[in-house]
Amino acid sequence: MFKNILKRKSSREIAKDRLKILLISDRVNCSPEMMEMIKNDIAKVISKYMKIDTKSMEIQITKTGSKGRGLKNPTLYANIPILDLNHDIS
Amino acid sequence: MSEVIVVTSGKGGVGKTTTTANVGTGLASMGKKVILIDTDIGLRNLDVVMGLENRIVYNLVDVVEGNCRIKQAIIRDKRYPTLFLLPSAQTRDKSAVNPSQMVKMIEHLRDQFDYIILDCPAGIEQGFQNAIAGADRALVVTTPEVSAIRDADRIIGLLEANEIHKMDLVINRIRYDMIRRGDMMSSEDVVDILSLPLIGMVPDDENVVIATNQGEPLVGSNTLAGRAYQNICHRILGKDVPFLDLEKGISFWAKVSGIFHKN
Repeated sequence: MFKNILKRKSSREIAKDRLKILLISDRVNCSPEMMEMIKNDIAKVISKYMKIDTKSMEIQITKTGSKGRGLKNPTLYANIPILDLNHDIS
Repeated sequence: MSEVIVVTSGKGGVGKTTTTANVGTGLASMGKKVILIDTDIGLRNLDVVMGLENRIVYNLVDVVEGNCRIKQAIIRDKRYPTLFLLPSAQTRDKSAVNPSQMVKMIEHLRDQFDYIILDCPAGIEQGFQNAIAGADRALVVTTPEVSAIRDADRIIGLLEANEIHKMDLVINRIRYDMIRRGDMMSSEDVVDILSLPLIGMVPDDENVVIATNQGEPLVGSNTLAGRAYQNICHRILGKDVPFLDLEKGISFWAKVSGIFHKN
């Protein structure tokens, strides 16, 4: 219980963390349906070469970088857990 | 060369009108010829914050519809010889004006004023589109709260999409006691999230309420907010003014303004 008190985040940190996550999805101008289609297509292509966990894979479009807002390009991040690298291509 | 500045925020109640009134008054007190335009049709407020509500004859919609000449609608502030206000209409709605009409009117005003400052309504609908249509640069006002920052981020995206790339951030209602306790995001946190250049940090100061009650902008007065607005004006003019060290200075300035209030 004492540990929990020490670990407890200040409301400032909570606000900052919430905003960071919130703004990622706000900044994406991509419909959820389209994101799902992109995800499925990526999964299909990668599956040709290795065994991946399609259920827990995630994709995200973010705007990262810190210099001049107008200059940074959005980036597509894919998090794809690999189950077996030596997947037999057959 | 004149500059058209839109003061915007997305969220309502974060201090757009107060910022417009104080920045405009500050620039006028520095000798610039300034016109403030209230673009919030249907919910005008800039006139009362400026204390000019009893002098309105014609308004923005009258000008756009050709019911009067623009000179007839502009009110001169008697306290500052170079400060003017174009009030909004109270009994009309936002669709009474469109962006191309705003651009035309602003172009007409450009050669008569050094600064044209537009007070933008809350929201992202037509009123917002009208306000930003003719602007060269923007002051994005926010407070250190999740909802205000989220809306500011949306506004920044919309300004970029409308080719307004010169944007500066004003963080309003900062409470240094709460930041010290870890219960409010600091200005560094807000700048980090929104990645815009910071042009002003305005503390949460009860003198703002008092000034609004009196219809008298507090820029330049010996209050924390008054000094913060004064510094924003200097920075708009291109001067490199250091930010007030409010965290250390708060008790000192509270004492000083306390002395002045007693007299």
